[in-house]
Amino acid sequence: MNDVLLLSRLQFAANISFHILFPMISIALAWVLLFFKWRHNRTGDPRWMGAYRLWVKVFALTFALGVVSGITMSFQFGTNWPGFMETVGNIAGPLLAYEVLTAFFLEATFLGIMLFGFNRVSNRMHTVATLLVAIGTSLSAFWILALISWMHTPAGFEMRDGVAHAVDWWAVIFNPSFPYRFVHTLLASFLTVAFLLAGLSAFRISRGDETPAARSALRVGVIMASVFAPLQIAAGDLHGLNTLEHQPAKVAAMEALWESRAGAPLVLFALPDDERRENRFALEVPYGAALILRHDPDGELSGIDRFPDAAPPVAPVFWAFRIMVGTGLLMLAVAWAAAWQLRRRRSVSATTRRLLTWMTFSGWVGVLTGWYTTEIGRQPFLVQGVLRTADAVTTVPAGNVAVTLAGYLVLYAVLIIAYVSVVFHLARQASTADAKRGEPKAHGPAVLPSQLAGEHAHG
Amino acid sequence: MADLIPDLGAAAGWLPLVFMIVMGLAILAYVVLDGYDLGVGLLIALATDAEKDTMIASIGPFWDANETWLVLGVGILLVAFPYAHGMVLGALYLPVAVMLIGLTLRGVAFDFRVKAQAHHKVLWNRAFVAGSLLAALAQGYMLGRLVTGFDDDGWSRAFAALIAVCLASGYAMLGATWLVLKTDGGLQRRAIAWARRSVLLLALGVAAVSAATPLVSREIFEKWFGLQNLIVLWPIPVMTGVFFFIAYRALRRLPLRLDNDNNYGDWVPFATTIGIFGMAFHGLAYSLFPYIVLNRMTIWEAAAAPESLMFILVGTLLVLPVNVGYTIYAYRVFRGKTRELTYY
Repeated sequence: MNDVLLLSRLQFAANISFHILFPMISIALAWVLLFFKWRHNRTGDPRWMGAYRLWVKVFALTFALGVVSGITMSFQFGTNWPGFMETVGNIAGPLLAYEVLTAFFLEATFLGIMLFGFNRVSNRMHTVATLLVAIGTSLSAFWILALISWMHTPAGFEMRDGVAHAVDWWAVIFNPSFPYRFVHTLLASFLTVAFLLAGLSAFRISRGDETPAARSALRVGVIMASVFAPLQIAAGDLHGLNTLEHQPAKVAAMEALWESRAGAPLVLFALPDDERRENRFALEVPYGAALILRHDPDGELSGIDRFPDAAPPVAPVFWAFRIMVGTGLLMLAVAWAAAWQLRRRRSVSATTRRLLTWMTFSGWVGVLTGWYTTEIGRQPFLVQGVLRTADAVTTVPAGNVAVTLAGYLVLYAVLIIAYVSVVFHLARQASTADAKRGEPKAHGPAVLPSQLAGEHAHG
Repeated sequence: MADLIPDLGAAAGWLPLVFMIVMGLAILAYVVLDGYDLGVGLLIALATDAEKDTMIASIGPFWDANETWLVLGVGILLVAFPYAHGMVLGALYLPVAVMLIGLTLRGVAFDFRVKAQAHHKVLWNRAFVAGSLLAALAQGYMLGRLVTGFDDDGWSRAFAALIAVCLASGYAMLGATWLVLKTDGGLQRRAIAWARRSVLLLALGVAAVSAATPLVSREIFEKWFGLQNLIVLWPIPVMTGVFFFIAYRALRRLPLRLDNDNNYGDWVPFATTIGIFGMAFHGLAYSLFPYIVLNRMTIWEAAAAPESLMFILVGTLLVLPVNVGYTIYAYRVFRGKTRELTYY
């Protein structure tokens, strides 16, 4: 692999890994904010406005990081992968254009009204603005996942003179893997936000903040997590079967299956060796993979051997997949334990709270490893079967890519640390502010003006 | 030049032209809209702490949407002119990265400065100024490289550096006049003073660029200085001059009116600055057309397939007016002088 290719891949991976962290929060958090707003409109209970007040700040911060890192993405296509747009620009272009036109402007414009317009528009209009932001974030996910899915399972096009031309836009958008990927990603977003809500609220309660706003947010988070975790596992299974049908090489890498065979075992643990094409220290469940993927112990599965020069590297895909599944199972266990405690005692134990606090950003682990599984699993292709990654890479000098990569990495490391610490800082600040305000009355004013100077926000 | 333009009756002829116009308008919208908030970002360096908060409050509800115009502009380059996208962004690899790092820094500093621990605020304020400056300079530098067709000699690079400084002062002017419009009291007076300084800087810059452009590019020189061209083109420099004059006069008269609590005409400097940018942009577009990369690639050579362009055009015509509509609505919601921003 030449230097520019490796560096470009690293740079793109760094940028998109950083970027995806924030949309994965803002997509679902927008709907959660709408839920808080709706509950407040319906009940007049100030606890929902208290929850809204904290979480809208987290949203604003998250959204800003998503916007700026998203701008970077729109340039990276051209700077790092010119061959991508030259070959499949006729497909990718319109999908990206529709994302900008229908989603980006909508969410960015109404975000201003949602964040700062409360005193300038009616309560109804403010709720509508919140709704439009939520629709915008999900619509943006729709278009970008249509494009990403098309890169995995291209459809509805024909190649003319080495350039892809669309023949059926419906087939392009609703390509075979899109429905599965869309559902799997949206559920991941809701699960990420569920643990963010639960983790940060558990943190507040552990610090002695027993306000209804903190307790309600914890409850919403735990209920969301315990509903979405099993749904996500089911959706992931269906997505996996879809991948087996369309990208068997990826599944072979996920299962570290080197040779095609009937009745393949499920490899629980191993050190896949891409050089010698075998697993070391393998711990296997006989017939496991065949049972899961073919629902038949004697089912036949393709191994890496069937895809000469067209199979992804096994070790990273294998490990990313296992970490993702492990994270998912851990989330399920913790969510159900917390839900059980809430049901029995109307509160969660100190240990569970600590666990939830530690897992505040666990969604990110699942999202990133899931992402690496599917994207590294598509290699050596950029567009499955159509365009190889190596053929799309830029011709700029490797030095330029290396220097900018270093710049991005430093910036992103600083920003992630700042983001996480500020989110916890906001939670502490909210607790202090709520404590000063005192326990809200059962049916307080419909709108709580923020009286505390510390709460004024300008950005 | 005529032989570069294909039959405009065919879809492959007129569609790229339409998208060039849409891309041009999107970039102009970006330059003006993000220009004023980048400009406010630069001026933060000169302001007191209390002024900083008001200045940022004046752009708080808008900056996200303003930057979306950049995504649209680059999006159209990517979508409608995929062959130019790689060439342009490949040639501008380093300045693009600098701009992106700048935009990222300022975009997040916006939020972090009020949400982070109080003692970090100074740091985020600095990041906000630094990010705005990096982004403004990088954009000007890229513009300069584009005008010289990415020539690599020293003069071309010096010219690009000159444009970088000019664009930054243009943004400062936009930012200062935006503040004249959106603030009152002492900050408004300070903004007038800032605007009066930056209007001179900008005028100097525009004159320098106008003089230097024909020197670095023979093609552009010939386009402007043929006799029949001058007859058609004279409104551009004349209108630019008129806008400068009106802006300068308004900035001198405003303080007297403000002494009597009269805000009449506080929008004039901002509007005329937009006019100056519009004229400069118009001249630039004329200089480059029909090329998208000067002397190397025309918009038709760079364009995507007609059926893809058609698919986007339908959506653009349906959606863009709606976008413009609710953008105007958002500006109306936050019209008038800036008050402190609160989430409630």
